[in-house]
Amino acid sequence: MMEFILGHYNYWIVIFLMMLGFYTVISRGNMVKKIVGLNIFQVSVFLLYISIGNVSGGTTPIIAEGFTRYSNPLPHVLILTAIVVGVATTALGLALVVRIKEAYGTIEEDEIHDQDQSL
Amino acid sequence: MKHNLILRVIAKFLIPIIVLFALYVQFHGDYSPGGGFQAGVIFSAAFILYAIVFGLDTAERVVPPRVLQILASIGVLIYAGTGFVTLFLGGNFLDYNVLAEQPVAGQHLGILIIELGVGITVSSVMLLIFFTFAGRNRP
Amino acid sequence: MIEQQLSLLLVAVPLLAAPVASILPNGRLPWLLALVVSWLCLAMAIWQFIIVLDGHIISYELGGWSPPWGIEYRIDAVNAFVALIVAGIAAVTMPYALRSVEQEIPKKQSSLFYATLLLFLVGLLGIAQTGDVFNLFVFLEISSLSSYVLIGMGRQRRALTAAYQYLIMGTIGATFLLIGIGLLYAETGSLNMVDLHARLENALDNRTVHTAFAFIVIGIGLKLAMFPLHQWLPNAYTYAPSVVTVFLAATATKVAVYVMLRMMFTVFSFSGFVRGTPADEMFLILGTAGIIAASIYAIYQRDAKRLLAFSSVAQVGYMVLGIGFGTALGLTATVVHIFNHALMKGALFMALGAIVYRIGSSQIDKFDGLGRQMPWTFGAIFIGGLSLIGIPGTAGFISKWYLVLAALEQQSWFITATILLGSLLAVVYVWKLVEVLFFRETSKNSKIKEAPLSLLIPMWLLVLANIYFGIDTRLTINAAKAAVQLLGVAP
Repeated sequence: MMEFILGHYNYWIVIFLMMLGFYTVISRGNMVKKIVGLNIFQVSVFLLYISIGNVSGGTTPIIAEGFTRYSNPLPHVLILTAIVVGVATTALGLALVVRIKEAYGTIEEDEIHDQDQSL
Repeated sequence: MKHNLILRVIAKFLIPIIVLFALYVQFHGDYSPGGGFQAGVIFSAAFILYAIVFGLDTAERVVPPRVLQILASIGVLIYAGTGFVTLFLGGNFLDYNVLAEQPVAGQHLGILIIELGVGITVSSVMLLIFFTFAGRNRP
Repeated sequence: MIEQQLSLLLVAVPLLAAPVASILPNGRLPWLLALVVSWLCLAMAIWQFIIVLDGHIISYELGGWSPPWGIEYRIDAVNAFVALIVAGIAAVTMPYALRSVEQEIPKKQSSLFYATLLLFLVGLLGIAQTGDVFNLFVFLEISSLSSYVLIGMGRQRRALTAAYQYLIMGTIGATFLLIGIGLLYAETGSLNMVDLHARLENALDNRTVHTAFAFIVIGIGLKLAMFPLHQWLPNAYTYAPSVVTVFLAATATKVAVYVMLRMMFTVFSFSGFVRGTPADEMFLILGTAGIIAASIYAIYQRDAKRLLAFSSVAQVGYMVLGIGFGTALGLTATVVHIFNHALMKGALFMALGAIVYRIGSSQIDKFDGLGRQMPWTFGAIFIGGLSLIGIPGTAGFISKWYLVLAALEQQSWFITATILLGSLLAVVYVWKLVEVLFFRETSKNSKIKEAPLSLLIPMWLLVLANIYFGIDTRLTINAAKAAVQLLGVAP
């Protein structure tokens, strides 16, 4: 049992971060906090990919003498792309928040909702 | 922050080193870990440091946003253009083997050019994002 | 040479054009570039469609890496049909864009607007072309990110909150898809769709695969606005600029339905795997619930764009029903409805865009008697509405007919009744528009002219297509039958 828990420690970290981020996205009304939560959520998935690419005892995947075992570089490359997507999403989200703040004077979702309803 | 002497001296000392490191990561990317994404971010970090210490207006005089916008497009065009060059040389899209006489030399060349395009785009987009956010509501 | 590279050029040409458009001077030049590129894409999509229609499959290896290691573009009749829809709608929308965008988007943003629109096109075409699941995720994000930007360019400030809401929901959906793909990769070590299918045959009872499946279904469900994951859609469609609404409504959710089909049938096998999960019943339940609930919501809307947006959610319900049946007839209905719905929603949103162009609002209570002042636009709404209801002689009838046949074949009377009830509810909300537009008194001092020709011609092209494909069904039905066969469902 102990072995099962310790042996899968990367998954526990991933699941913890994933739920933390997801909960933040759902529960917070502050738009910047939502984006922070979204970031944590995404990063947990990046960790999932990177940790499954690791091969026990493997080294950096560069061919050199004396090494026969290499980690799988493909998940890392995939995640490089996903990180770029994440950066773009964050930048765009924050840009929208800046514009929302200018248009409404607040970034709290319920206050924005009230302003839209009172029109 | 324009009057803070220590910051200015240290920044002037650091910026060339950061740029040099960025160039190393950029052009050593086909032999060792590194490449356009990382180099582009490091490169733009140097300019962002400059902008924070010496002020946004000074930084924008060094690299005007319009130039950055054009550079960002040029980077993507280098990338896609390489793909079209390989098409015209008879290979598939982004098949580097046809770029030189030896396939391995072609791969080196291809990766170098592609990463250059990526580096230009990433650094200019990072700077553009910074300038756009920092320059919002400027008096 | 072009013929071999066709499947790639369809994605690469708009990709090359997007950065060029962003550095062109503001004004009509970027529009011209976008127009030329979209027509080129249509020509290539038609060419590609003709090649694959006789059962030929194009396999294109990106960078010369052979599959399953490299990215493969694998074009069969399903991909080609979806690419044709996307390119066709783009080619019709671009001429429409000129006047509408000049009015709704500030001139200093016009080159960036067209660059983003081209990127959106790249994303959708890329999804249609690729045979690699991770590449699919990347293209999905390209199209989603550009659609957030496009929606945020709407004139009202609520466009910003709509775009933000869509960004949060869309990113959660995409990240779910990413988790699913990651788990599949961890289990099989492959990202190529066909290869995945072969490797998953031995992993039917694997819990990781089941988890991956659940994440993928929910992730794509968010993107295709499957009821009850549709909350982002009405606001996004309502507050986006008219052109963006047309393009988004006619293509984005359809492409997501295609992704769902691919995942259900090409990656997982429907009869072997999906039948063993509750997914197929879930599709049926959510499909029927979506049709009824969204149609009722639509009836109570006061904004015409919002009304049609809810109607889109209901129409997605029909497509999801077809997937849920999983039979040849059901899938034919889904594939045909992807095409027909693009036609009718394209025409309807174009007509609303023309009204917005003239009166600057899409509130229904400002439409009084407008139909008599803008007869051509009203005609488009009327025929588009008939198609939406599914009157014989319009395209909408064909897909509903196949769906009813599929439901009868399964002897599910409840679902048959739901489809018919959905049509009745559609009568109510279409009539609501028609009544206000045509039978109300015009307010005295309003002098509104008919929309300009550059808006009317694309609109009526789609309207005529609605009628044409309601009578001559050879193209749609043949393509759908070829697609169904490729997805591995015996007729």
